[in-house]
Amino acid sequence: MTTTDTAPAPVPSFDDPGTEGRKLAIICSKGNLDMAYPGLILANAALGEGVETHLFFTFWGFDMITRSTMGDLKFTMLGNTATHMPQGLGGLPGMTALATSKMKKAIADLDVPEVPEFLEQIVASGGHLWACRLSADMNHLTEEDLHEEVEGIISASDFIELTNGAQLLFI
Amino acid sequence: MTIATLAGHEFHVNEEGFMTVPAEWDEELGAALAAQIGLEMTDAHWEVIRFLRADFAETGETATLRRVGARSGVPVKQLFALFPQKPAKKMAYVAGLPKPHGCV
Repeated sequence: MTTTDTAPAPVPSFDDPGTEGRKLAIICSKGNLDMAYPGLILANAALGEGVETHLFFTFWGFDMITRSTMGDLKFTMLGNTATHMPQGLGGLPGMTALATSKMKKAIADLDVPEVPEFLEQIVASGGHLWACRLSADMNHLTEEDLHEEVEGIISASDFIELTNGAQLLFI
Repeated sequence: MTIATLAGHEFHVNEEGFMTVPAEWDEELGAALAAQIGLEMTDAHWEVIRFLRADFAETGETATLRRVGARSGVPVKQLFALFPQKPAKKMAYVAGLPKPHGCV
C-alpha cells in the first residue's frame, strides 16, 4: 500500500565530498578557565564532523596542557565586564576561587569534562595536541611536564607548516 | 514531512533522512538504515545503538558523543572506529533518533 507522499528513504549526506580534506588549526593562547573551553569545544565539534584538527598551545594557553596547572585553571571577574558585576568585587579575597568553583560546577552540570579529560577525549577523537617551543623554553618545561597526549613541542613555523591549507582560529 | 519506505518499513523522516518518530524504529530497520550509509552492523555496533535507544527513552534527548563515550562503556576512540567520520550523527541516524543537540 502506498500513499501519495511516500518516497524512498532519503539518505543524509554524511560523506559530503565538499568537506573532504578539511582541516582546522586552533591556537590556544589563554590560560583562564573560561577561555580554555571555546577551543576545546570547537575542536571536539570539528572532530565529530570528521574534520582533521590540530591545537597549538602557546603563551598562557600553555597552562592548558601543563600537568601542574591544567586541572587548576581559574576564572576571574577582574577585567571581565561581561560578568556585569562591580569590578571592585572581583578584587575581594576569595572571589576568584568562588567564581572558579561556580563555573566548574556549571560546566560539570552540563556533562562537559574538565580540561585534562577533555584533552584526552579530543585525542581519542583523532585530534592532535602541539606545544609551543618558545613557551616551553620560557617556562623551562619539557614533554615530561605536559599532558601525556601532547604529540610534541614544536616551533611556530612547524605548526604553520603542518597546518598548511587549514582554517585557523586564534583564541 | 515525508513518509519514507525502506526494507518493507514505512516511517516518517525529515528532509535530511533522519527518522522523526522514534517509535517507528526497530532493529531490523536500524540494520537497513546502517546499510544505507555503508555500515554493516556487528554486536559492537548494536551495543552502542541499544545504549542510545535506552538513553533516549530515559532522557528524551539523543546522547552526544561525549555522553555515549562516558556512559555506554564504549570508548570514544572505538565509537569513531565503528561509526567513522561523523559518529554522533551516524549513531543517531541508525538508532532512528534526531541528531544530538548538545555541543559536547
